[in-house]
Amino acid sequence: METLIIMLIGILVAVATYLILSRNIIRIILGTAVFSHAVHLLILTMGGLKQGNVPLLKEADAPYADALPQALILTAIVISFAVTAFILVLAYRTYQDVGTEDLDELRGAKNE
Amino acid sequence: MFSINLVILIPFIVAALLPFTYRRFKKAHLGWFVLIVPFVLFVILARLIPSVASGKTYVHTYEWIPTLDFNFTTYLDGLSMIFALLITGVGSLVILYSIFYLSSKESLQHFYCYLLLFMGAMLGVVFSDNLMVLYVFWELTSVSSFLLIAFWNHRQASRYGAQKAMLITVSGGIAMLVGFIMLHTMTGSFSIREIIASISEFSEHSLFIPAMILILLGAFTKSAQFPFHIWLPDAMEAPTPVSAYLHSATMVKAGIYLVARFTPVFGADEVWFWVVSIVGMITLFWGSFNAVKQTDLKALLAFSTISQLGLIMSLLGLGSIALQFGYSADSVLYTQATFAALFHLINHSTFKGALFMVVGILDHELGTRDVRRLGGLMTLMPFTFTVALIGSLSMAGLPPFNGFLSKEMFFAATVHIMNVDIFDLSSFGIIFPVVAWIASVFTFVYCMIIIFKAFLGKPQPEKLDKPIHEAPFGMLISPMILAALVIGIFLFPNLLGQYILQPAMSSIYPTFGDSADLTPKISAWHGVNPELLMTIGVIIVGAILFKFLKLWKPIYGLFSSRFTFNALYSNFLASAVSKSNLITNRYMNGLLRHYLLYIFVFFIVTVGGYLFYSKAFAFDISTNAGFRVYEVCLVAIMAVAAVSMLFAKSRMTATLLNGVLGYSIAIFFVIFRAPDLALTQLVVESVTTALFLLAFSHLPDWKKEKLSKRTKGINGIISVAVGLLVVLVGLSVVDFNQFDPISSYFENAYELAGGANIVNAILGDFRGFDTMLEVVVLFIAGLGVYSMIKLRAKKEDENIEDQ
Amino acid sequence: MKINDVILRTISRIVVFIILTFGVYLFLSGHNTPGGGFIGGLVLASAIVLLYLSTDIETVQKSLPLDFKYVAAVGVLLATATGFGSILFGVPFMSQTFAYFDLPIFGVTELTTVTIFEAGVALTVVGVLVTIILSISEDGG
Repeated sequence: METLIIMLIGILVAVATYLILSRNIIRIILGTAVFSHAVHLLILTMGGLKQGNVPLLKEADAPYADALPQALILTAIVISFAVTAFILVLAYRTYQDVGTEDLDELRGAKNE
Repeated sequence: MFSINLVILIPFIVAALLPFTYRRFKKAHLGWFVLIVPFVLFVILARLIPSVASGKTYVHTYEWIPTLDFNFTTYLDGLSMIFALLITGVGSLVILYSIFYLSSKESLQHFYCYLLLFMGAMLGVVFSDNLMVLYVFWELTSVSSFLLIAFWNHRQASRYGAQKAMLITVSGGIAMLVGFIMLHTMTGSFSIREIIASISEFSEHSLFIPAMILILLGAFTKSAQFPFHIWLPDAMEAPTPVSAYLHSATMVKAGIYLVARFTPVFGADEVWFWVVSIVGMITLFWGSFNAVKQTDLKALLAFSTISQLGLIMSLLGLGSIALQFGYSADSVLYTQATFAALFHLINHSTFKGALFMVVGILDHELGTRDVRRLGGLMTLMPFTFTVALIGSLSMAGLPPFNGFLSKEMFFAATVHIMNVDIFDLSSFGIIFPVVAWIASVFTFVYCMIIIFKAFLGKPQPEKLDKPIHEAPFGMLISPMILAALVIGIFLFPNLLGQYILQPAMSSIYPTFGDSADLTPKISAWHGVNPELLMTIGVIIVGAILFKFLKLWKPIYGLFSSRFTFNALYSNFLASAVSKSNLITNRYMNGLLRHYLLYIFVFFIVTVGGYLFYSKAFAFDISTNAGFRVYEVCLVAIMAVAAVSMLFAKSRMTATLLNGVLGYSIAIFFVIFRAPDLALTQLVVESVTTALFLLAFSHLPDWKKEKLSKRTKGINGIISVAVGLLVVLVGLSVVDFNQFDPISSYFENAYELAGGANIVNAILGDFRGFDTMLEVVVLFIAGLGVYSMIKLRAKKEDENIEDQ
Repeated sequence: MKINDVILRTISRIVVFIILTFGVYLFLSGHNTPGGGFIGGLVLASAIVLLYLSTDIETVQKSLPLDFKYVAAVGVLLATATGFGSILFGVPFMSQTFAYFDLPIFGVTELTTVTIFEAGVALTVVGVLVTIILSISEDGG
């Protein structure tokens, strides 16, 4: 299972990298979203998969699944949401003011 | 018990409250309210003088980051008492003075906020026992000094001076930080008291000298010692109350404090003696020599401050020699240099504070500080003149003022040091009294300049914009109090010596036992001796030099302006900026794609290279958990969805595919026993998708990207390489089991945190700090979104930055 | 934003309250079962957003006169204040504590300071989320 998931993470990362390297802002933002999916899966996988019960002490018996990666991911999910929202708005406000969403055109004056 | 920590915090708290309360002070000057703070603190501290004088110290610890040995420990002893009294005492007078100096039209809330910030930081410096805490407060004084120098930030000179002061003092501060860390490496402690107790074991350590030099760098930059003195004259662009407070009475003395505080640590070493006393001597001479040529009275005072700081510094250096010999009847003689340093420190604050305030009065009432435009003010401004006369004569070292006493002790100390036969001082030692004497002659000359050029002679009303008139009474209160102290200390010096200086001496010489031995009796008349003859010589030669000032002044023209330290500083700054620009422009070409390529290529090279080099790749499928068919299907769905995102023709499709990925991951979270994550992921994914759709209504449709084949190829290769590398690293790491996982600790959540949901216990309790900051990040993102949309620049102030 | 969809409006009016209740449940139960500040906050926020979507903004603002920026600010303040609160009791920053109390109706109940902290988290999430979505949707449309 771990190997399978890591392969999947590899594909997600490759896709995300390709999207991030493009010129269109939306594609870049989507790229970061895919990237965070990949990272969440990666953190979870590193803690070991299917090695215990849900980490709820009253609902299940030991052994428990590793709770620390889960806590980390929970934080990461919310943060990546905040970042996505922020850059989305940044993107469209830029478009409203400058009139382009192409990063090559957004680079500004030379040697600025 | 009353805690010293609170004394440090009160100014900060009031500073934080000011922005909310200043509007209530429509009629009264805000300064009256602020004045309460230093005054109350002064009274609180003054009440502790008797118990500190009897040898009591106050220690209070609040554990800040115990795991890193950072404790907010305050330590009140004789040495910190002197400085704390100066900070609060002079602080009260300066604020009182500023009430009349600054009109209510200025942005007083900023001014007093910075001033209180400084006061708190400065108290923090002198009370902190923990080096790291001391460092934080130390840099905070630099920051608040920057803000105060640039208070009139519409003036270019103010901004330049502020930047210069900041750059020099902060660089010194960072050197000092490195020195502190070295000390910690040696002794294993951040507490000054513990370090003093154990330092004798480490004097042969290879880090001992580097740590000493680095800490001295911090002290020298802060106290404007040669060659770092160049920031102080430019800092005079600050409003005069600030100059009087920060740049003569308190902040520049932080370096002195540091040297005094570290004398028991490093003082027994020869290097310390030479560096501190020589640098002090050079500064003393250079400052007084340059002061004479100044025409701006404030610049003159700035150089004179530099010179006086050099004097105090060199005295501390001379005094440290006593630690070389250890305690004996002879070495007690050398401690008198340190005693003189502390004595002069207080005296300097009184007479220099008064002089600064006088210059401020001239500037405020007459509109100029240029000696060439002033003259004959004596009869028209009698009170101001009296204060100026007292201050100048005290600075020149004449009786009956306190400067005379400490100057005599300074001469005595330099004469004593000649008798030391250790490190060949018998032949070389003559240099100390000679330099001291020459510098004092120049000091005498510039003091005469203040008196004769500005106040005596003929009035020149035609050169002034305003008619000559006496300052308002309120403005004169503070300088008059200081002037009264100048005379008062001369009359009763031993009161000061016994209650204030004696306890400080025992902090500097903790191994010398009874501090009463270290406290010499100060008296104005002790027969005809070398120091008295030196003073008489200063007066005679100084008077002659002043009389023929015009004849020898051209000597200053010999110093080309191209080879000054100022020029060095400006050239260095200019070339640093242009060189960095050149380098930055090479690779910062404004294309996001290139920046990202740097990051990805760097990642591939370093991580991939290391993986290959260290042969860390390991792969073992046997420990894997088993999988079911539907899980494989889910993986396949995700892979297909991800890849098809690359070829999606419309942005809607791409977004929905991203949604597919998100929801699939939520299912994986369920499979992998993470119910909290699954719930969160579901909701967040829905909201994110909604956000994308909302944003699309403001963005144009997706155009086909015009990328060259080559670009696409490079992007493809990089992407695949990154993906592959992540797989390799992931496969190698997943089986890593050299260390026990820390997670078993969290399984005690119910006993430790009272929660059965381990994930939540981690978030809210074990790692609550992370969560708190995360909430803050979320809030900032929300504010960012809101302000980007709602708060747009109006047409007329669009280019506000260019103006 | 005006949608003339009777079915959506009718259903969402019921659903919103179910979601709201669910959100509060999640928030309160987070200590021992899945849930907690983040999830509770997210669910509550989505309920409110749904309310805005199904009816127009003015109507909702009349019946729910809250400025969500302030909600978020209060949340952050609450979350950080509990951290500083521990200082007042002389224990290091961010220490949390809990105790069991015998309350008249609920029986033996566990009360913890984490709940206050989590409430801060939840309020921040609600405030930020609604602020973001409202700002975008109000912007020119």
